[in-house]
Amino acid sequence: MDWMTRLKTGLWEDNPGLVQLLGLCPLLAVTTSFVNGLGLGIATLMVLAGSNVLVSAARRFLSDEIRIPVYVLIIASLVTCVELSFKAWFPALDRSLGIFIPLIVTNCAIVARAELFASRNPVGPSLADGIGMGAGFLLLLCAIGAFRELLGTGTILGGLDKLIGGEPLAGIAVVDGGWLLAVLPPGAFFSLALAIALKNVIDRRNRATRATPAPRDAGRVAS
Amino acid sequence: MSRHGKNPIAGALTLAAIAAVCATLVAGTWQLTRDRIAANAKAELERNLAPALGGLEYDGSLTAAMVELPPPHGLPGRDAAAIYRVYAAGAPVAALIAVTAEDGYAGPIRMLLGVDTNGVVTGLRILEHRETPGIGDGIAHDRSNWAEQFTGRALGAPPLGRWSIRGDGGDFDQLTGASVTPRAVVKAARDTLIYFDANRETVFAMQSAEEAQ
Ligand SMILES: Cc1cc2nc3c(=O)[nH]c(=O)nc-3n(C[C@H](O)[C@H](O)[C@H](O)COP(=O)(O)O)c2cc1C
Repeated sequence: MDWMTRLKTGLWEDNPGLVQLLGLCPLLAVTTSFVNGLGLGIATLMVLAGSNVLVSAARRFLSDEIRIPVYVLIIASLVTCVELSFKAWFPALDRSLGIFIPLIVTNCAIVARAELFASRNPVGPSLADGIGMGAGFLLLLCAIGAFRELLGTGTILGGLDKLIGGEPLAGIAVVDGGWLLAVLPPGAFFSLALAIALKNVIDRRNRATRATPAPRDAGRVAS
Repeated sequence: MSRHGKNPIAGALTLAAIAAVCATLVAGTWQLTRDRIAANAKAELERNLAPALGGLEYDGSLTAAMVELPPPHGLPGRDAAAIYRVYAAGAPVAALIAVTAEDGYAGPIRMLLGVDTNGVVTGLRILEHRETPGIGDGIAHDRSNWAEQFTGRALGAPPLGRWSIRGDGGDFDQLTGASVTPRAVVKAARDTLIYFDANRETVFAMQSAEEAQ
């Protein structure tokens, strides 16, 4: 499989959040703003790409008995590295994401890619898979974060200072105030449901226009 | 997939080799980031100095008369503690004391307690913690106003025996569903006040890092 296919699979066809419904806990918990979504998305992408590369590089040495401990070891180490890097370079973002950065360890999308893809494929495609899946997760986090922020607080790009430094930024006010429910937990579920529905509508349209009855969920890896 | 067959030694060696690679990765990252992380923690602490002082007037800069106390220092916490002495018109008015409550629900809680020379709390700020979001994180000022109840309290008000959370028969509010976290913070605040009460003179007589140079 080439790079473009791997990317497209992760970004759309087999998107970890929209299709596989993996990693929902961080997805629902931190997406109260675009910047938070972007921050956790970047961190997750880094871990996912790194763990796919390391697992793939080690795949010839992995017997069944040690496979799972090796995944745990690799993922936990990478998460620690990413956490330290965030503390060093994005301290404000680290404070706002708090425990959810260390909790990337428990994002089952990462173990899923290690087991289903990286442990069976060479390093190059595994990196592409990690980047594709990571980017798919990142874009979904950003989209839901931006949507909830706009509805909930009426701003766009609020708190961008957490990423680029400098004085606190309130973001661009679009409407005055907001609909509090959107940034509370129920808002997260509603937003995710809307995103999934939107994807299904687009997929159905595309299939209808192409008029080629592609089997549903073609190419999807069983999880 | 069973490439090692029934050979447990080979599996153990592989695991050890991968563990060594991972440990190197983490150690290298730590080496690269630790200075920046320490600087960030210091900057965060210094940003909280003025809020913890609760609007008291002071001379010059709050960071000028800082002393760092390596353990054992008698204050709460196993790491070094820091005391920022505050002066107005040349006379001591308050101290801002950075300590660690070791017994949080999810690890140590770093906090900053401001106390004036009469022993009255001017403010309490949580600097760093890992308490559960939605349960224990209400101690932080950006989550709730829980920490504001400390302002204006002193060792005699309430009496020492009631310097604990309501659940333990004390005067301090706890957080809904969380008593471990507030208990740790109240205890650390109380012990800091006891230290300050006993060492008031020495605290202001200590040489600051700048003077020592
Ligand atoms: C997942 C989970 C996270 C928790 N996080 C905290 C916390 O951050 N702070 C806290 O004080 N208690 C936390 N608790 C609750 C404590 O276990 C304890 O029940 C609570 O503090 C009440 O203690 P008490 O029995 O002394 O009143 C948590 C419990 C669970 C199951």
